Formats: sequence, structure tokens, C-alpha cells
Amino acid sequence: MQHYSGFGLVKHALTYHENWQRAWRNPTPKKKYDVIVVGGGGHGLATAYYLAKEHGITNVAVVEKGWLGGGNTARNTTIVRSNYLWDEAAWLYEHAMKLWEGLSQDLNYNVMYSQRGVMNLGHTLQDMRDIHRRVNANRLNGIDGEVLDIKQIQEIVPIMDCSKHTRYPIMGASWQPRGGVARHDAVAWGFARGADALGVDMLQQTEVTGIRKSGNKVLGVETTRGFIAADTVGVVTAGNSGVLAKMAGFQLPIESHPLQALVSEPMKPILDTVVMSNKVHGYVSQSDKGDLVIGAGIDGYNGYGQRGSYSTIEHTLQAIVELFPMFSRVRMNRQWGGIVDTCPDACPIISATPVGGLFFNCGWGTGGFKATPGSGNVFAATLAAGKPHPLAAPFSIDRFISGKLIDEHGAAGVAH
Amino acid sequence: MSQQNRLGTGGRIDRSRPLRFTFNGVDYQGFAGDTLASALLANGVDVVNRSFKYSRPRGIVAAGAEEPNAIVQLGASEAAQVPNVRATQQALYGGLVAASTNGWPNVDRDLMGVIGSVGGKFMPPGFYYKTFMAPASLWPKYEKYIRKAAGLGRVPKEADPDIYDHINRHCDVLVIGAGPAGLAAALAAARSGARVILCDEQEEMGGSLLDSRELVDGRPASAWAAAVLAELATLPEVLVLPRTTANGYHDHNFVTLHERRTEHLADLAPSLNGRRQVRARMHRVRAGEVILATGTHERPLVFSNNDVPGNLVAGAVSTYIRRYAVVPGRRLVLSTANDHAYRAALDWHDAGREVVAIVDAREHPEGDLVNEARARNIRIIPGSAVIEAQGKKRVSAVQVARIDIGGFKVAGRVETLACDTIATSGGYSPVVHLAAHTGARPEWRDDILGFVPGKVPGMTPVGGVHGKGALIEALADGAAAGTAAAQRTGFTAPAVELPKVAKVREGKAAALYQVPHVKPAMRAPKQFVDPQNDVTAAGIELATREGFESIEHVKRYTGMGFGTDQGKLGNINGMAIAARCLKQTIPQTGTTVFRPNYTPVTFGAIAGRNCREFFDPRRFTALHAWHVEHGAKFEEVGQWMRPWYFPRGNESMHEAVQRECRAVRESVGILDASTLGKIEIQGKDAREFLNRLYTNAWTKLDVGKCRYGLMCKDDGMVMDDGVTACIAENHFHMTTTTGGAAAVLDWMELWHQTEWPELEVYFNSVTDHWAAMAINGPNARKLLAELTDDIDLSGENFKFMDWRAGTVAGVPARVYRISFTGELSFEINVQANHALHVWQALFDKGEKYGLTPYGTETMHVLRAEKGFIIVGQETDGSMTPEDLGMQWCVGYKKPFSWIGRRALTRPDTKREDRKQLVGLKPLDPQLVLDEGAQIVLEKEIRIPMPMVGHVTSSYFSPTLGHAFALAVVKGGSQRMGQTVYLPMADGRVHAAEVVSPVFYDAEGARQHV
Ligand SMILES: Cc1cc2nc3c(=O)[nH]c(=O)nc-3n(C[C@H](O)[C@H](O)[C@H](O)COP(=O)(O)OP(=O)(O)OC[C@H]3O[C@@H](n4cnc5c(N)ncnc54)[C@H](O)[C@@H]3O)c2cc1C
Repeated sequence: MQHYSGFGLVKHALTYHENWQRAWRNPTPKKKYDVIVVGGGGHGLATAYYLAKEHGITNVAVVEKGWLGGGNTARNTTIVRSNYLWDEAAWLYEHAMKLWEGLSQDLNYNVMYSQRGVMNLGHTLQDMRDIHRRVNANRLNGIDGEVLDIKQIQEIVPIMDCSKHTRYPIMGASWQPRGGVARHDAVAWGFARGADALGVDMLQQTEVTGIRKSGNKVLGVETTRGFIAADTVGVVTAGNSGVLAKMAGFQLPIESHPLQALVSEPMKPILDTVVMSNKVHGYVSQSDKGDLVIGAGIDGYNGYGQRGSYSTIEHTLQAIVELFPMFSRVRMNRQWGGIVDTCPDACPIISATPVGGLFFNCGWGTGGFKATPGSGNVFAATLAAGKPHPLAAPFSIDRFISGKLIDEHGAAGVAH
Repeated sequence: MSQQNRLGTGGRIDRSRPLRFTFNGVDYQGFAGDTLASALLANGVDVVNRSFKYSRPRGIVAAGAEEPNAIVQLGASEAAQVPNVRATQQALYGGLVAASTNGWPNVDRDLMGVIGSVGGKFMPPGFYYKTFMAPASLWPKYEKYIRKAAGLGRVPKEADPDIYDHINRHCDVLVIGAGPAGLAAALAAARSGARVILCDEQEEMGGSLLDSRELVDGRPASAWAAAVLAELATLPEVLVLPRTTANGYHDHNFVTLHERRTEHLADLAPSLNGRRQVRARMHRVRAGEVILATGTHERPLVFSNNDVPGNLVAGAVSTYIRRYAVVPGRRLVLSTANDHAYRAALDWHDAGREVVAIVDAREHPEGDLVNEARARNIRIIPGSAVIEAQGKKRVSAVQVARIDIGGFKVAGRVETLACDTIATSGGYSPVVHLAAHTGARPEWRDDILGFVPGKVPGMTPVGGVHGKGALIEALADGAAAGTAAAQRTGFTAPAVELPKVAKVREGKAAALYQVPHVKPAMRAPKQFVDPQNDVTAAGIELATREGFESIEHVKRYTGMGFGTDQGKLGNINGMAIAARCLKQTIPQTGTTVFRPNYTPVTFGAIAGRNCREFFDPRRFTALHAWHVEHGAKFEEVGQWMRPWYFPRGNESMHEAVQRECRAVRESVGILDASTLGKIEIQGKDAREFLNRLYTNAWTKLDVGKCRYGLMCKDDGMVMDDGVTACIAENHFHMTTTTGGAAAVLDWMELWHQTEWPELEVYFNSVTDHWAAMAINGPNARKLLAELTDDIDLSGENFKFMDWRAGTVAGVPARVYRISFTGELSFEINVQANHALHVWQALFDKGEKYGLTPYGTETMHVLRAEKGFIIVGQETDGSMTPEDLGMQWCVGYKKPFSWIGRRALTRPDTKREDRKQLVGLKPLDPQLVLDEGAQIVLEKEIRIPMPMVGHVTSSYFSPTLGHAFALAVVKGGSQRMGQTVYLPMADGRVHAAEVVSPVFYDAEGARQHV
């Protein structure tokens, strides 16, 4: 792998940038791999990377129907935080957070993880009870968190309307300083490049169309480029997980919904942190390019069209203007949608399945970007060992049968 | 400087109305009818901005929505600031103040430019992914610098004083674009009597007719446009919307039209007849048929230094000359690959300025326009192109060379021509954006070298947008489509007589995008593809070299098309370059996806009036005025304003609540309970529906009785609760929590409509119709007795959980004997507009009992003393009825598997050590524990530490004389008497004893009297 550095840039400039190598190869599929990862989003690519790096399993293919990182990885609003309420979720996301903190160096690829802090606003007495509860839980789990009062909020975000004149005046907030945003595409590309360097084959424009089984054991995947064999198959296809499960002959307790986001035109720096509000229903941060990156909740209906309805955009911008009246004259440049895989308890599924050798990692719904390195890391361990990584164990699919749900809707209810 | 580029005659400007404006602090003059861009060009302003990465000086390139460079900050005052205004789309008004968005200290002398030209070499696409990694601790500093360099305009520092609104519309035919095709379509459809909406983003309607060289019926094309518009104005079913952009095209012909109503007048919406006008209006249109007449955007050619000011697309040159009477230079070189662009040279020539040469990429240009140029002795250089521009802040010369398009190389000697303006045309890209919003992928057409819209049900493309751009064709195409659309929506459209237009013979265009340079692309001076993002042809080549082969990867790696023009100017060129590098065709390479908005729209216009008081409007009970008058402090519950407590004099909240609590326990208090959700349930299967919806049984509830019910989600977790009364055999009155009312009604409809449509049952929200007043306390009965003579209030005849209809204070009422405080209690429900009368009557009679109004806080204390839960406070979507100690409320024997039943029988929901509702008695009786405090089992705090639960509610009880709390604790029911600990953020650790959640009157004696 060509090492990236500032010095390298200077060197390449002297040769007119004509000697940069490919970030990853474009290989022809082998007949058989030790492990096939279906889905070349951030989670799938991270899985492949950690399989090769931490478990020495390099005969791995990532099978992606489109382009690497083109699913939700390319469409999300890149909020990273680990201040989840329940222990199981908090530990998993905190595991990811720790990996984020060294990821650029580990991958030798600047994923621009910017720890600018994430603020969750409270607007009602119950919001504040929930915020206290969550921050107390975070602290006892060793996760950074504070409860802010209005004055502290206003110091961090002076442009927000913290007055009593809004419809739902802000009463306080939770604050996780280590949270922030990252460059989503770079995350996919960094993992892809890292995995490629360790020997993983990235098979783009290769759609999985079937899962071949013998009895109850997986044999490999049928693809638009033919059958590819593997004893272990990990499916990481986010909004399409239900479709893949159907190919394998079982059902998942997942609903696929559109989730939209939008950006403003690029503006000079104005907002230095991530502000989220569940009550007025909107969140915003500013990208390094200057766009205000804005989102809210899912569209109510199910579907696979990567769009969404206009009314959701209206509501979202109403919320944003409510919080930031000075944004009213800023213009929305572009809106888009992804398909998110939501679970009844708002927590992911990282699990073995009724089919031997076939594992699923899905159900991250509206908030899986922040988990990308952690998800890949524990899923790689799960695939390598054939049994769940301890952090992944509580997220087994069995919980929907046993009822041992990890319900993050409640006090942590903020999506993303 | 005074409009040195303005022609003495011609154009569509009003010379009798000169307007003053300021750009970058300098005063200029333009005319009514100008855009800011045309006025700047008239005044010879070359540099309008600096590029964000390399800080290169940039000038105006286009005349419309595709302009990437002339992005300015508008606004004379702070609150009126409008960031990122495209000067080509901003009408000039008197007093306009604008400034460049980039450039330090100013656009002309920009210090960053030095860094840009030196450092530019080290900033290929994706450079930031490759560096700023070591040491990791410095990244935040680097990032700060990167952020500073990015961004265009700035956000105003003050709130927006303007208002925006929305309007819903339906029409038979929506025509988007008022050029020849759109006008013909609108006219044809409108003459049928159909409801037609015609919109166009420009100040003036007419599109290309406004600067056409052609004659229509022997008169200037613009005269025909004026005649059509005049006729449309007379038709009552037609709505013509200028300055209105179709910004988003959604499923089922739902189109949003963004009408800018005052932006052409001032930076703040002026008043009209003393009333504030809305700055912008969003028309939310549902159209039977959509006619897409959005035309084309001209593609510039990509050659070295093609960003030096003085470079324009050819069509823009014509537009500035013919529409605005502005010639943006003296000596023109036109570089083109098609005939159509020859108009620019002819218009330039007409204006009396020098055309140095027409450089045509084709070996044998031929066609009417070519012949006209030849006839004027304009030099035509065939088989060639401009390969490089020279000059810094203005073009000073071009290098022209013979090129081999197929071989992508320069094939001959390079000639330098002195000039100050370059017009280029690589062809015409249909404006497919709106169609693409619906998910329809554009389709490549080799014959027109462009992508046309994919198929959208109910949408017809007309004119240039699907390759019928020639005037004569566009008119016929539009008229036919307008007639057909009207017919499809049920109207008979008379045939439209087409105006007479001469056919212009045009030669075949050449497929030229990036112009080869003498040096290979990586080494040639920069060839800009997307100037706003400083994306170059070399950058795209590098991306493909590094393996970014999907066009989406190219876009994301280079930033191409990410700007405020969303790639209108450069994307097709970029795709063509990527295709060349990848040795594939353009259709194989494909397009990126165009999404709303077509052009950017203010947040304000999308939000409309739904902010502040109209954002989720507040709901007030019928008694609100009384509460205000009596000094209530309010709490927001759901959308409602509820009295929180009623302080007297200087009372603190604590004092007020203690007093209110005592009043209820000792005599009588009154609560406005009107906010509880109320749902009428009627139909012969109403009872069965309740059986399925609630966890408990409803089969035996008699008329005249009430019952408390619990509702679970299908996962078995409690979602709502409330009392439901049987009004008649087929008729129930349900109450829900205040915040849950809408969700519960939705939930009921969902199950009824999707799962049990066979049940005959109907729901209706009556929350606002009934006012509810709860009188609680030992004297409640005595008080009520004074106001009713037709309801027998005696304990034997009106039992706890009965309800009665009768008269209270002379008005019809339903009285429910239910209690949320544990006291003797009656809830009086009357029609909402009788509420104040009854409430007042209660106070008149209640004075002697010290009747005390109380708010939600007192209600919370009193119910918590009784161990009654509040859904959403004691529950969080993870509590079963059993967890709450409410197994008495679950009917496992009911014949039908009610919602949540199956889930409740899962092994984990049956576990004994789940979190359960308990009471907590702080060891320090005065200490009110923090709600939200986590509970641990050990006094010694270590991190991480296992948590067993949390405090859900916590108060000081005047009745008990000590603080107390409700909490959920793992295995709580087995921990009675155990001490648990509550670590605080500040390091203190509180201790409490686990006790029963029922602190007061466990037998329920008080409410049964
Ligand atoms: C608008 C929006 C905003 C969001 N905001 C945030 C946020 O702020 N913070 C946060 O943490 N999360 C956020 N999320 C969620 C986050 O994006 C996802 O949870 C996360 O990216 C999922 O990553 P993934 O790799 O599992 O999925 P994806 O990136 O979607 O990858 C799945 C891949 O599987 C491929 N695939 C599907 N079917 C097949 C097949 N049959 N064969 C081969 N390949 C297939 C797809 O093409 C895709 O590339 C947001 C999501 C959206 C849509």
C-alpha cells in the first residue's frame, strides 16, 4: 500500500500526480473465499478490514451490488456519539468510539473524525428527566457526558435561540464532548483501501441474487457474476437486509423506511458542534465544506425507493428555523433519502442465523454510521470465531424470541 | 465607470429607470430590467469572486441558473443578509448592496490567491484524506483552517424579519418553463378550459424567445411570447407564475413551485398597502399532467485556464447582448462544436464589436448560421479549438490549435489570438433535473449528445429538454403536448394554429467536452470542469487513476457537482472526461442523481408560517384564561399548556405544591383535567375492540361503569393508560394520557384498518369537546351536592368507578367517580364552552371548603404517594404491566390474543429479576432524590459500575412528612427493605431504602367512602 502523508503529496506534486496508485484493485471474483461479506458499505468494509487485520483471514471478498459505500454510508449525516442509555448499547458504541479516536492513523487515511461535541436538547420536564438519567448512566459506564444548563448551552452555541420565545423553549441539554462528525465517504474508502492492501477482494457491481445452501449450511452466494463459494457468509446490507434474509429463507423483525437528510449551500463557519433535538425533531451540524447538514426522523411508511416525502423536509426545516431563526434566509441546496433498517427495539442485530455459517449484521436503522468501526470489529470477530463477540452477544436475533430487548427508544430516543 | 459595456439601444431594459447599486463597496448604475449580473457586466466588472480552493479570480460565465461563479452576499442591513445569491438570477433594484463571498482582503487583491497558486499543486482531489494525520493531536487545528477556507456566504447574525407562506393547488396541466415549447403547450391546454399553471424561474416569461434572432409570424419572437401571455391572462382557469421555480418534483405529480414574490424589489419584503408581504410562497401543486419545458443548459468547453474572467458560454453572450444590451467585452473569440453557438458571434458583430475568430471543432462547418458568419467575413478556423486562455483577471489572448477529437490530441500548430472575451459551446444539455427527482434515470441520446428525461408517469417533456430545441420544432412539440395533456385530463382542446417560423438549417454538432492540450491533461494548465469547486479535468483523471471509477465516486472524490449549481454547468463534461479516462462511453459511465432542489430555496420558504406560535400550535383548555388570571405557572405537556402549580403571593414552587397537596388530602382541591385525550368509540364491535386493544377484559363492563385500562405495544411494553366508560352497549368513552392522545388514536386506526377491518367500530377524537374538572378530597361530595340535584351522589348509589349523566350547575354533565389521587373524587365533564361557568360555580360554593386549584405537580405528588404510574415517566417503552406491579390489569384468559399478549409470554418478559416499580425512601428524610439518578447496589463507586435501575419520580410529601420516590429496580419486588445507592455527578452518593411504591392508604379506604 502506498503510504499517504504530507510529504508524499509534495513528492507526487513534482511528478504531476501521475504516479498515485489505485486505492483498491478491481479484481475478478475467485471461485471460493474463506469469508464473503455481502454489502460494501462502511460496516461491510470494516468487517473485511478487521477480519484481515485482526484475525489473519485475508481470503475474503466484499460483494457489493453498486459502488463501495454507496448505500447509507454515502447518505448519512455522520453524527458519531456513544452516549447510549442501556449498558449493552453503550458498550458497543463506546467500543466504536474508541476505534474512531485512532482510525485515521490506523488506516493511514484521514477520515476527518472531528470531535466537536454532540448536544441533545431538552425542552420539557420529561426530556430533562431522561437526559439526567442517560447522562448518569453514561458516566457510570465510563462514557463522557454532562448535563448543560441554558447558560452553558448558549456559550457553546451562541447562535441558537435559547430564549423563552420559542414554541418549546430549551430547558437544558446533554453534552458528549467526544462525539462529533466524520467524513462518511472517507470512512468507506479508508477501510476499502486498508482491506485491499491486506488482500481482500472488493467486488463492485456484483449483486447477490441468492444464497446457496446445502441442508442448513451455507455454501456461498449466487451473484450477477456467477456463484461464489464460501463457508462463512456475513450479510451487511442495511436497508436491504430483509431482502437478503428472504433469499436465505427466513424473516427478520426489520422494517425498511426512508430516512431523509438535506444540506444547505456552503456557508462560512457558523456552527461548531452538533445540535440535536428530539422534541422539535431536527438536528444540524456544519460540514467542513460549510454545508449545514440537517436531518430528522424516518418517513412513516415502508419502502425501498431512496427518496421520501416532502412533508418530512418541511417539518425538519420548521424545527431548524425554530431553533435557529437566523437560518431562515439560508438556502437548502439538496435533499436525499436512504433506506434504513429499523428494529423494534432500535438496536442492531449482530447474529448467527438459522442457516449454519450465515451471519447477519443489520438493523442499525437511523444510527449505524457512528458504529461503523465497532460494528465491523465485533462482526469480524464473530465471523472468525463462528460465535458472537462478547459485545455482540446481546444483539443476537434470539432476543426477539426471548423478549430480551434492548429498548433504546425510551430515554435515548433521539435517532442517529 | 459608467456602463461602458452598455449599448445605446436595444435590449429589454428600461432606460428611463436607472437604478443605483453597490458591489464590493463601489457604487454603480444599472437599469430596471437588469439582473445584477448584467448590470455588473455593463459596468465592466470582471472579477466577481474568488474560487475557494485555489483563490483564482472568477468572472460571470452564464446568464441563468447554471452560473457557478457569480455567487454574492446580498443585503443592506444585517437582518436582510441573503447569502449565496446567484447574480444572474437576481433582478436589480434600486439600492441593492452586494459583495463577493470570497477573497481576502478583497476579490481584486486576494492574498489567499498566492497560497492558491503556489499550494495548488499540493492540493489534488482528496488531498485531505492523505494528510493532516500526524500528529493526531493537531487535526482539530488543521480542521479549523480547512473550515475557514471553505463556505461561500455568511449566515445573517439576526433573525429573519420576513414571512413566508404555503398554498396548496390542484391543476389539470402544470407547464414548467415558459419558453416557446412551454408557452405553446400552456396555450393549447388553456384554450380547452383546463386548469393550467404555467411557471418560469425568470423575471420575464418567454425563455429563449426573449433573445432569439428568429422571427415568429414575421415579428420578433418576443412579440409572440407577449401575445400568448396576454391571452393566457384573460383565461380564468390559468395561473401564470413568473419568478417561480419548480424546485422539487415528487411522486404522483406533486411539484413544489417556489415563487419569489419580493426578491426583485428589495432585500426585505416591502409593505403593500400597509401590510407586510410574504417574501416567498411555496405552491404545493398536485397536477394531473406535467409538461416539462425546461429547455437546455449550454455546456462550456473545458480547456486550460478556462476560468479566467472573460470566459462565457456562448448563449450567455447572446442573452447579455440581446436582452440586456450589454456586450461583455470588445474582442471575441468563439470556440464551438456546433452551429447554434454562432449566434453569439453574430450578435456580437451586430453590436458593432470585433469578432476575432470563430474556432470550430468541426472540419467542415456548414449551416445557415455558419453561412451568415461567412457572409460577414468573420474568420472561421475549422477543425480547431481554443486550447488555453491567457490573462489573469481578464482574458488577454487565446491559444488556438487544430485538434484531433478522436485521438484526443493537438494535431497542429498553436496560434495565439489576442482577445478579451471567449465564448464557448460544447453543446446543449437538456435540463432533466426535475424528472430525475422522481427517480427516473436520464437516458443518453447520441443524436443530440445529451441525456433526456427518463419516463415519468403523467409527465411529457417538450422542446429542448428532449432534443426538440429548434424554435419551429419546439412550438409544434409544445402545442401538441398541451392539447394531448388537456385531453387526457378530460378536456377537448381545439387545435392551436402554429405561428410561422422559418426553418434554420444546422450542421451536425461534434462531440467535444474536454479540449486536448499540447501537454497531457495532468500537466497542462488547469482545465476547469466545475469552477465553483475548483474541480479540474486532471482531478477527474487522477480520481479514475486511483480507482474511483463509479461516477458517484468521481463526484465524491473530486467534489464535482457539489456546488450551489449542483453540476448544471459542469457535470456532463465531467462525466465525459471520466468516460474518456475509463475508456468507456458516456451512457456506460452514467450520471449522478439530481435531487431537489433544482435551485436552492431558503429554509424560510420551505418552513412557511409554521414557526414560533404556528410551530406545533399550543393547545389551551377552556379554562386557560382563568388559570392565567389566578397566577398559574404552566408546564408544557404534549402540545398542551397545563397549570403546573398556582403560587400565592411570594410562594415558592415547593411551598405552593405542599399547600395544594394538603388542601386535597384535608378538604378539597380541583384540577383542570381537560387535556386528557378523549376518544369516542362506537359500533356494535366496540366492546370487542377494547378487549383486543387493552390488556384487561371489557366484556362485563356494564353501562354506567368505568374501568381503568392498560394498553401495550405488540412487544408487550406499556404504551398508554386511562379510564374508559361504558356509555351504552355500543358506545364507550375512552380517556388517554395528555401526550399520548394522537398516538393512541393512530394506533387504534392502524389495528382496525390493517388487522381487524371486519370489526364494526368507529373512533372520533373528542378531546376538545369536553372539559374535565376533577374535584378531589374528603369534601368533594359535599361540594358537588350543592351543584346537582339530579345525580344521587351517595356512596351506595354512585360507587367508585361508576359514572352518571345529569346536571351540574345547571348544565348537562357526565360525572365520573374515578380518582388519580386516592381521595374521594368526582370528575365533572361538560361541554367545553360551559366549563368556565361550572368551574366558577364550583369556586362560588367551594369557598367554605377552601377549594384549592392545583396543577400537574401536585397531581404528580399525590398520585405518586399512591404508587400510580405516569406513562412516559415510570415507563419508557421497556416496562411490562407486570414490571409495574399491575398484573391485576392483565387478562391472560381473554379469548382473543390482545395486543402484546404473545410478547408478554416470552421467557424474558416473564423473568423475575426484570426492572420493577418500587418505592424509595431516602435515608435522609428531607432529601428529594434526583429524578433520573441511577441506582447501584454498592456504596463504593467504581467506573464502570453495574446499574440496577433509576429514579423515575421524586417529591417531598407533606402528608407523609418525608421525601419519597418511585423507581424501577432490577428484581425490585424482592429487595424490599434493602438499601440502594444513588451516585451523583458531583461525587455525592445518596442512599435510600427500597419500599412498596404505595406510600399512602394502601387499602384504598379513602376513595371508597
Ligand atoms: C439520511 C440518513 C442519515 C443518517 N444519519 C446518521 C447519523 O448521523 N449517524 C449515524 O450514526 N448513522 C446515521 N444514519 C444511519 C447510517 O447511515 C447507517 O446505519 C450505516 O451507514 C449503515 O452502514 P452499512 O454499511 O450497514 O450500510 P450501507 O452503507 O447501506 O451498506 C449496505 C450495502 O449493501 C449493499 N447491498 C444491498 N443489497 C445487496 C445485494 N443483494 N448484493 C450486494 N450488495 C448489496 C448496498 O448496495 C450497500 O452498499 C443515517 C442514515 C440515513 C439514510
